[in-house]
Formats: sequence, structure tokens, C-alpha cells
Amino acid sequence: MAANVTSVTARASRLRWLVIAVPLAWMLIFFLIPFFNVLKISFSTRARAMPPYKPVLTMVDGIAGLFDKLQQFTTANYLMLVADSKYWLSYVSSVQIALFSTVLIVLVAYPIAYGMARAPRQWRTTLVMLVILPFWTSFLIRVYAWIGILSDEGLLNQLLMQLGLIDQPLRILTTNWAVYIGIVYSYLPFMILPLYATLEKLDETLLEAAEDLGCPPMKAFWAITFPLSLPGLIAGCFLVFIPITGEFVIPDLLGGSGTLMIGKTLWYEFFNNRNWPLASAVAVVLLLLLVVPIVIFQNQQQKQAEKSR
Amino acid sequence: MAGMAIGPIRRSFAPWNDPASKPFIEFRNVTRSFGDFTAVDDLSLKIYEREFFALLGPSGCGKTTLMRMLAGFDAPTRGDVLLDGQNLAGIPPYKRPTNMMFQSYALFPHMTVWDNIAFGLKQDGMPKADIAKRVEEMLHLVKLETFAKRKPHQLSGGQRQRVALARSIAKKPKVLLLDEPLGALDKKLREETQFELTDLQVNLGMTFLIVTHDQEEAMTVADRIAVMDRGKIIQVATPAEIYEQPNSRYVADFIGDINILEGRIAAGADGVARLECVAAGATVETRQSLDGRPGDQAWFAIRPEKVRISREPPENPGVNAVSGEVWDIGYLGDVSIYHVRLASGATIKATITNTTRLVERPISWEDKVWMTWSVDGGIVLTK
Repeated sequence: MAANVTSVTARASRLRWLVIAVPLAWMLIFFLIPFFNVLKISFSTRARAMPPYKPVLTMVDGIAGLFDKLQQFTTANYLMLVADSKYWLSYVSSVQIALFSTVLIVLVAYPIAYGMARAPRQWRTTLVMLVILPFWTSFLIRVYAWIGILSDEGLLNQLLMQLGLIDQPLRILTTNWAVYIGIVYSYLPFMILPLYATLEKLDETLLEAAEDLGCPPMKAFWAITFPLSLPGLIAGCFLVFIPITGEFVIPDLLGGSGTLMIGKTLWYEFFNNRNWPLASAVAVVLLLLLVVPIVIFQNQQQKQAEKSR
Repeated sequence: MAGMAIGPIRRSFAPWNDPASKPFIEFRNVTRSFGDFTAVDDLSLKIYEREFFALLGPSGCGKTTLMRMLAGFDAPTRGDVLLDGQNLAGIPPYKRPTNMMFQSYALFPHMTVWDNIAFGLKQDGMPKADIAKRVEEMLHLVKLETFAKRKPHQLSGGQRQRVALARSIAKKPKVLLLDEPLGALDKKLREETQFELTDLQVNLGMTFLIVTHDQEEAMTVADRIAVMDRGKIIQVATPAEIYEQPNSRYVADFIGDINILEGRIAAGADGVARLECVAAGATVETRQSLDGRPGDQAWFAIRPEKVRISREPPENPGVNAVSGEVWDIGYLGDVSIYHVRLASGATIKATITNTTRLVERPISWEDKVWMTWSVDGGIVLTK
């Protein structure tokens, strides 16, 4: 009997390991190994060869050869990121754009999520579907579509001129405004959904209680609804801020040469300059930069999960 | 909530019998419809100052709608709601001098106990020092002084209930509305809290309006009870009157346990109602004057504890007596409930107090027994 029990628990723990092993293996193969490769390249030097960097570690060198090649690693790429203002300005500009976009997204998403959560119950599923609907089309195509809307001869300018509001077409495309419009449009669902989830759970009798105690509805929103929606709001902010910081497609397609974003710089170094080592350094620093908010986000989620238990 | 001698106050309190006293809360021909459904149907009701009034009825009878119209969360389709002489029409909830204790307590989860209680006071712009004093007072009243800094999710159900109570009386409302306030508590705590509520109400001198579907709760706490059914009030009376003199089978059946026998009114002596219950094989006499005519259908209602049970035939087996066979005995510890099957197939229940510890009862299953009652035991109902 005892032996039987042991074998059952042993099998259970083996099973548990199997369950954990799959995502672990996934992370190892598709994140950790490529990351260390990028990290290695970031300490290499540019070379006119294939691959376009050196040293290239190979098995045939032997221990002595490996040691010799390790000597060739350099921190020059990282020093370059500090020395050349183009790079660190890209980082600052990316974070600025991401912060400002996050604020804009909150301003647009909150009323939408609130309206959805207060809509008649039978409509809510449909409304959530409508928010998710754009994901059924390729992200790239949707961003391209904005070119058609925002360009000088685009739909928006045509409409405004038809209405007689402007004589000359507004220059929107290739400005930062186009980038903001593209970002707000693309990332809106990632803010709406977590916000909606918390607002929908909100017990409406709390608002009645507040009103009963002498609090007018507008004031009750700030005293009750808003603080109770903070977990969703914070989750949404991280969900949009982190990817926007590294965003490449939107500034590349909608922004002009003046739009400085680190994703664009990264792409340029990799594909135009073919400077893999420097591009790798840019990528590593970007990751380190985003680790801070990601860790805060994870902590926050954990706390929230514990509280709701 | 300290125990005080409240008997004398209670005994003399009956403003509803005084034609000179003015109602504090008044519902005048109030109707509330939701589409086809009429939740409250042309209802009029007067509640007096310092009264502990209970709205009692099954779910969907309109009692909650009635309370919500007083709080301002709902408005009458027709009719008026008045409080202290003022028509409440168009006054939003946050401007009404009523406060409500919600069934779910509706405590603000992101605020401490202290902040929950202070919330209403802050809305009035009360000075900070006064708020602190009042909150301390409330915490003392509900014995939660040491819990001021806790959040609601760190409290037990009973403690949450106390915070909700403290929050709803902190502003000293003219009327405190209690929506099934004790529904979530276990039986023992509920009974304790019921008595505390009555003490509190007398000590604070507030008018309390409680909505409940629990007849025991209503009987324990209330000065008067309104029994409701399908948007209408069936009877308004004191708990004792409701229990002993129900005006209809609905009220008799809703409150407590009761035996009901169907029969026809027969001519009786003056001041005595006589009913021939052919099916049950009994002739019933009660000391009451009936408004029905001989031959009309009527019902005899008698509570199980007012039925005597014996193996010996009574002196006068023709009136207020039936015979049958013990069908089942329910032993509840303090009392036993005897289910006696009559020749007609109907069952009559009789409650016997277990005055000794003997396990062997003098009357047992399948015994032939006689059940009798006094002329003041039951009541004849005509509707």
C-alpha cells in the first residue's frame, strides 16, 4: 500500500516536471539561446565576411584557439551607444513617444471600456468581439491602410477640404502625429480589454452605496470606480508601453525621417549598415531598458493575483 | 448596543393607534411597473417616527422596490412617497436623509474600515476633527475599535455586517433602511444581532425600515410588520397580531406553522363563529364575530402549539375535536411535532413541549388519538 502511494506521488511529480519542461524548453530554444547569440555578437567586431562579424567561434579551434578568439571580444559597440548621441537620443525619444502614446491610449480607451462595461449585458460579448475584430486582419495591412487615410491626398484631407474646413491639405503623414495616430489605433485593444475586465467586475451596488451616503455620481466615479479600476489600468499601461518602446513598423511606415525611435535605428543598423555587432548592442540595451517595467508589471500582477485569492 | 431596559418604552409605543399622530414616512397610492410587470400595485402605507417597521414577503413581492423608492434608487410610476412631510419626487439618492444598509453590505473594498465609516461624513464636508470623533463613536458602538485599519476582505462576515451598520448610521439618517441585513450571517449570530438591532434602534431613536423574507427576523425586531404579496400589502399589524389574528390564509400560512381546515359557516350563538368542516369531520367554534353568512365557504386556522393531543376521548367530542392516527413524530429536542392523519386523509400537526427527559413518549406511532383545542385556540378566516 505504502509503496503504491509512493509510486503514485512519484508519477505525479514526474508529470509535473513534464508539464513545466515544455515551456522551459520553449524558452530555452526560442529565447535564451538566440538571446545569448545576440549578446555574443554585441561584443564582436564588424567584418566584411559571412557572417558579418568576428570572431566566429567554431569547434575546430581547440582550447587555445578559443582563448585567442575570446581576447578579440570588445565593449566598443556599447561605448559607441553612449558616445554617439544619435543612439541614446533614439532611446530617450522612444520612451517619450511610448509614454505620451500610453497617456493618449488611456484617454481614448477608458471611456470606451467604461461604456462597454455599462452596456446592456446582452450587448457586451458583441462589443468585446468588435474590439478584437481588427486582429483578424494583418497588422501590417492595417498600418498601410492608415497611409491611405493620412496622406496629402488621403481620405481625411479630402473630407476636411470637402467640408471647407481647410484649403490646403494638412501634412499629417511623415510627422509624429501620424505615428501617434497609428500607435493609438494599433494598441487600443490592449488597453481596452484589461480595463473592461476590471470595470465589468465592479459591483454596481458600491456606486449605489456611495450615492446613498451623499456622494453625487461624478464624485463617486473618482472615489469608487476609478481606484477600483486601477489594476486593469496599470496592466493595460504596461501591455502597451513595453511594445511601443520597441515599435518599428509604425514609425517606419507613418513617421518621417524626423521620427527617432530605437526600433527604426535597430533596423537601420542591421539591414542598411549591416553592422550586426552594433545593432546587437542596441537590442541588448533595449531589452535591459524594458526589463525594469516588465519586472514591475510581473510583481504587480502577482500581488493582484494574491489579493483576489 | 449595551443591554438597556427598553421594555417600558416598547410597551407604550403605538403611534399607529393614535389618530392625532402624523406619519413620518408615507406611501400614497404608489405603483411601480417594469414593462408588463407591476412590482408595487397602488400601495398606501404609513410609518411613524421611531418605529421599527418590517416589510415581509416572498421574493418578488415588491418589498425591495418599495424600499428602493424611499432611498431614491427607483421612482414610482404613479403615486407619491413622502418623508417627514416632504414629497421625495425628483430628489436624488445623495440628497435624501435616508441611509441604507445593503444586503451585500457594499463595503468599499479599497478603503479601510475607518474610511468606509467616514465616507458619508466626508461628503457632508464635516470638519476633520468631528469626523474622527464620530467614526470612533461608531467603531465603539459596533465593537470594532481594533479593526479600524483593516480592509473589508480582512474581516469575518459578522464584522463586515457591523461595519456596514456603522457606516449607514454614522450620518444619523432620519430613516435607516435595512435590506435583508442579516441574511448572510449564520443562525446564532443572526439571532444575537436581531436583539442588538432592536436595542440600537431604541437607543438611537431612529426610524428603521427593514426588508426581509424571514418571518422570524421580522417578528423579533419589528414594532409592526407589513406582509406583502404581489405588490400589495395584505396585512399591517404588530407581530403578535399578525401571528394570532391573521386576516387571511395567506398571512396565516406565511407566518409560522399552521393547520388549515376548509368548511362552511353555520349559524351559531352571538359572538361565536361556528364552522362545519365536513371533510375533516369536525365542528369548530371560535369566539369571534364573522362578516360571512351561513353557508359561505370559510377556513379554520389553528397553530400546532394550540392543539392538545390525547389518547382519551374528550368530554364533548362534537365540538373543537377531531380523532385520527399518529402518522409521524418529528423530534426537535425542545418540542415534538405530531402529524396526525384524519379519516379524511388530511393531516393535522400538534406541537408538544418535551417537559421531561423520557425518551419513551406516552403517545407513539399509529396510536389512535384525539386532538382538541379551546374556543380561543384558532381563528376562522373568510379569505
